[in-house]
Amino acid sequence: MGVEISNIIVAVVTTEKEKVQSGFAPVFYSENKAESEKIALILAKITMGMVHNLENGVYVIVKH
Amino acid sequence: MEIFLRNFLISISVGTLGRLYLLRVDYRQYPSYPRGIIMHLTFGVIAAALGAVAIPALLAQDYAAVTFLALAAEQFRNVRTMERENLANIEGLEMVRRGASYIEEIAKIFEARNYIVVLASLIASASLYLIPKWYLAVLTGFLTLVLLKYIMQSQKISDIANVKIADIRFENTLLYVGNINIMNVGLEASRERILQTGIGVVLEPRDENASITLSNIGQRQAIVHDVVSQLGIKKDLDEPDFTPLARRDVNTGNVAIVFYPSIQDREALVKAVGYAPVLESTRRKPSESGAVNKNDQEGMK
Repeated sequence: MGVEISNIIVAVVTTEKEKVQSGFAPVFYSENKAESEKIALILAKITMGMVHNLENGVYVIVKH
Repeated sequence: MEIFLRNFLISISVGTLGRLYLLRVDYRQYPSYPRGIIMHLTFGVIAAALGAVAIPALLAQDYAAVTFLALAAEQFRNVRTMERENLANIEGLEMVRRGASYIEEIAKIFEARNYIVVLASLIASASLYLIPKWYLAVLTGFLTLVLLKYIMQSQKISDIANVKIADIRFENTLLYVGNINIMNVGLEASRERILQTGIGVVLEPRDENASITLSNIGQRQAIVHDVVSQLGIKKDLDEPDFTPLARRDVNTGNVAIVFYPSIQDREALVKAVGYAPVLESTRRKPSESGAVNKNDQEGMK
């Protein structure tokens, strides 16, 4: 039986360095919106998480 | 002895045929043909046999034999455990989960059906000893079955709520069905796909009892599972963006659900939602409690 942690931010993708402080989730910086979306999608596929958009240039990948 | 054998055979046949009648393989694909059927039919025969021997045992003043009925109850509780374990084991591998409430409901129904069979063959055998006409016994046996089946029938969602198609739209990244917020969708590609393949449904509870029933998470999960098992889903394992979600408007009690069905048929979707069962364990009737003033019910939704 596996143990899973859910409803937790597993990664952050952003173009805005000043808006994200480092935490336990890794932060990935990108050049523009298109790259953010791409990185977020790839990370979501890898972690089986879902991409959420905080509408301020910050994307978070959350495992539900 | 000959009379006993004849009566026993008639009663056991009534019970077994009754179990067969109660064993329908429907859209839920449960129990799965043919292994599940053999299993449940065998249990049905045992149940029918127990019902059939109770009256002759009583007449022969063999009271110990009657206590076998208690043993039967224990046995059929195992049927429930078996069903529950079986469904719980495969739950993790379902694309859309049934939820614990739905599993419990299914397991309970399987147990109850065995008791119906015991009662039907018991009544058939009793009527044989009262009036030794085989057709009367068969008739009373089947009447018992039909009556109990009718009593056991659960309500459908369409009985407690109006099911309507609702628009889906985005306000920036927030997905709305009607005016109920469902979730935040981060990726633009996902938002586009949701607008293309998603169909929104709103359930309007008819009264405050229905409203509280629909607020139950197990009930909502059961609806979602049932609809997905009928219409399919356009989603894969690594695409949580397309998980059907049910969210509630706390002011009106309306429940909005967004589906991504493989069969893109709105009418079929509304029908499927309406056909989902109201789970026994989630039914609430606050209107019967006395705590709720009958005059306030309209406003309480």
